[in-house]
Amino acid sequence: MEILQKQRDEAQKVWEDFSSGKKARVMVGAATCGRAAGALDVIDAFKAELKAQGLESDVDVVETACIGLCYAEPLVEVRRAGEPSVLYSRVSPKDVGKLVKEHLIEGNPVIAKAEAVMADSEYKGIKPFSQHPMIALQKRIVLRNCGVINPSSFEHYLARGGYKGLERAFSMTPEEVIEEMKASGLRGRGGAGFPTGVKWGFARASKSDEKYIICNADEGDPGAFMDRSVLEGDPHSVIEGLMVAGYAIGAKHAYIYVRSEYPLAIERLRTAISQAEAAGLLKRKLENGFEFEIKIKKGSGAFVCGEETSLMASIEGMRAMPRPKPPFPANSGLFKKPTNINNVETLAAVSSIMRDGAASYAALGSEKSKGTKTFSLAGKIQRTGLIEVEFGMKLGDIINSIGGGCADGKKFKAVQTGGPSGGCLTIEHMDLPVDYESLGSVGSIIGSGGMVVMNEDSCMVDVAKFFVGFTENESCGKCIPCRMGTQHIHAILEKITSGEGEMEDIERLKKIAFTMKQSSLCGLGQTAPNPILTTLRYFEDEYIAHIKEKRCPAQACAKMVHYFVDAEKCTGCTICERVCPTGAISGGLKKPHTIDAQKCISCGACFQNCRFGAILRK
Amino acid sequence: MSDTSTYKKILEKYESKRENLVTAFQDIQEAEGFISPEAIAEVSKYFDISRADAYSVVSFYAQFKFSKPGKHTIKVCKGTACHVRGSGNLLSALEERLGIKEGETTSDGLVSLERVACLGACALAPAMVVDEKVYGRVTLAELDKILKGLK
Repeated sequence: MEILQKQRDEAQKVWEDFSSGKKARVMVGAATCGRAAGALDVIDAFKAELKAQGLESDVDVVETACIGLCYAEPLVEVRRAGEPSVLYSRVSPKDVGKLVKEHLIEGNPVIAKAEAVMADSEYKGIKPFSQHPMIALQKRIVLRNCGVINPSSFEHYLARGGYKGLERAFSMTPEEVIEEMKASGLRGRGGAGFPTGVKWGFARASKSDEKYIICNADEGDPGAFMDRSVLEGDPHSVIEGLMVAGYAIGAKHAYIYVRSEYPLAIERLRTAISQAEAAGLLKRKLENGFEFEIKIKKGSGAFVCGEETSLMASIEGMRAMPRPKPPFPANSGLFKKPTNINNVETLAAVSSIMRDGAASYAALGSEKSKGTKTFSLAGKIQRTGLIEVEFGMKLGDIINSIGGGCADGKKFKAVQTGGPSGGCLTIEHMDLPVDYESLGSVGSIIGSGGMVVMNEDSCMVDVAKFFVGFTENESCGKCIPCRMGTQHIHAILEKITSGEGEMEDIERLKKIAFTMKQSSLCGLGQTAPNPILTTLRYFEDEYIAHIKEKRCPAQACAKMVHYFVDAEKCTGCTICERVCPTGAISGGLKKPHTIDAQKCISCGACFQNCRFGAILRK
Repeated sequence: MSDTSTYKKILEKYESKRENLVTAFQDIQEAEGFISPEAIAEVSKYFDISRADAYSVVSFYAQFKFSKPGKHTIKVCKGTACHVRGSGNLLSALEERLGIKEGETTSDGLVSLERVACLGACALAPAMVVDEKVYGRVTLAELDKILKGLK
């Protein structure tokens, strides 16, 4: 595009200045998780220290987004002029003085805190980033810019091939773009896995004076943060994907429906949209006559908006309740006009596919699941964070090689994929290729990409109860199977985890689950039983232990576990007294402590914190 | 309680079209901290809908509050990762120390305690937000420090 040509040359210069290393630089990962770990304090500390050393004009301090190694946050890259950039992990303001003095001033990287070097080869004994155990097996397409560019810089995005996908789309007819999407094999990353090109085809074929395209950024699965990271780290990739989609289906108006719990993502999106407007890409007729406008709509906290018809009702200013289909959104969607909804990651992938061509994308992945998928690794795993791998990678490689296995030397028990709509996988699935078909065959789903790892301390009945508690809360209440089904399942699981279960409850659970799957109106209710069904399938013994033996094998269900102090071992250090959330422990310094059973909520805080093994549980 | 001019100022930014209803309520909550009956009355007048209709929409969404929140708001994340990493204990500890239950505000109006579905900071579970600041890997020991800082 002509309007971008001049800007590209300019952007190239900006990017070269940024990446070539001519100037010393400190770059801090300050996405939400980095900030939660204290990144903003680290930035302040660097600014203050550089000022104190008289280096403020010699060293740039910049923010970037999430490179994915969330477990090691706050992450800081330090680079001297003309030297490779070293990535430091778990940097606290206390470390800043040392990093400035030893690395920036004296030129000796602080080996003890160095995680990797951002170069192709080893540097002063520090291994390159590409060989980092969490990175080596990854294939980063959607995440290629995250943590690499300054997400608030239009120039950075442009210089790294940004909007070339849109340019290529414009060189084709909309029908050809749709064919290209079909050829790439891209499937909706929001969870359903429907082929994107086919979906666009439906909306294209629908005749109307007005059509809409919506980006669903209402990432609702608890335990998942892929979309947040993309929006915070590379917002333009989503905008470009939206424009391609708009061109393909013939829509002039777009909405990005984004969670209000993601303030930073909203801020980055707003910046990116105004940059694209200023660059002449939005809100005006382009050379080929295409005109496009993007509006941000803040969500208000309703998980059911994962369902397309609910999300559209929400944008229209109604209660976010689903409606029966047909008519499908492609024929009658937002404001009764043909509408296409895609997820954040899908649209970010669209930009890459249009830029590099469908063939190279389709070459990745497995037979029916093409390309790559981002996953958020969380829970009781060593290396928590955000990853992107080719479809078909073995589950064990993701959990053990990339994630480093369970934390604290504990035993792996299960991994929950697909959030409240998904299921759990166990140790026997470690060789299972991770793709839509394989996960489906064992009762789980890829979903949007959340992976939460549980270890021997996690009770699977409790996990099932957690999920159904969530869906019960989020059920919109419109259809009875979902509204009542989630309540009843929750009540039964509450009964079982309180030690009052009976064997008939297992059959009752299965029966309600079956009814909900068959007769709920939307995906929320149809998939809500999955966590119960998979835990019943793979961990029925835990249910039976709760029911027959009145025992929680993981000793996690508070009502079935009792804590008391071994007076012989107790040294009276008072730690348990201090960590007890309910003030149930008393004793005083150097005297054996006691637990007041009336006040104790069996949270286990004392057990976890006692250094003398003096807290017992039964 | 605000006088109606505050609402007018916010509402004037929007065309009186149904699709702006939720956004207008979001702005009002940002300005006032909650949605009062007066706000519902003004908004329904502006959009020319019944108060019941306006309330039915605004009460559907988890984001909206109907009583005045405290000076500070603590939101404890109850996402999956936070749940398996002990956010339940954080919540009970906060309830015990503040002397209130989730969804309530301390009697001096200083702190409100809330639970949110997921903050998306799963890798640093358990997480919580105090006003705008996100805290990750929160321990019970840190909790006291954070609470002491609230004035």
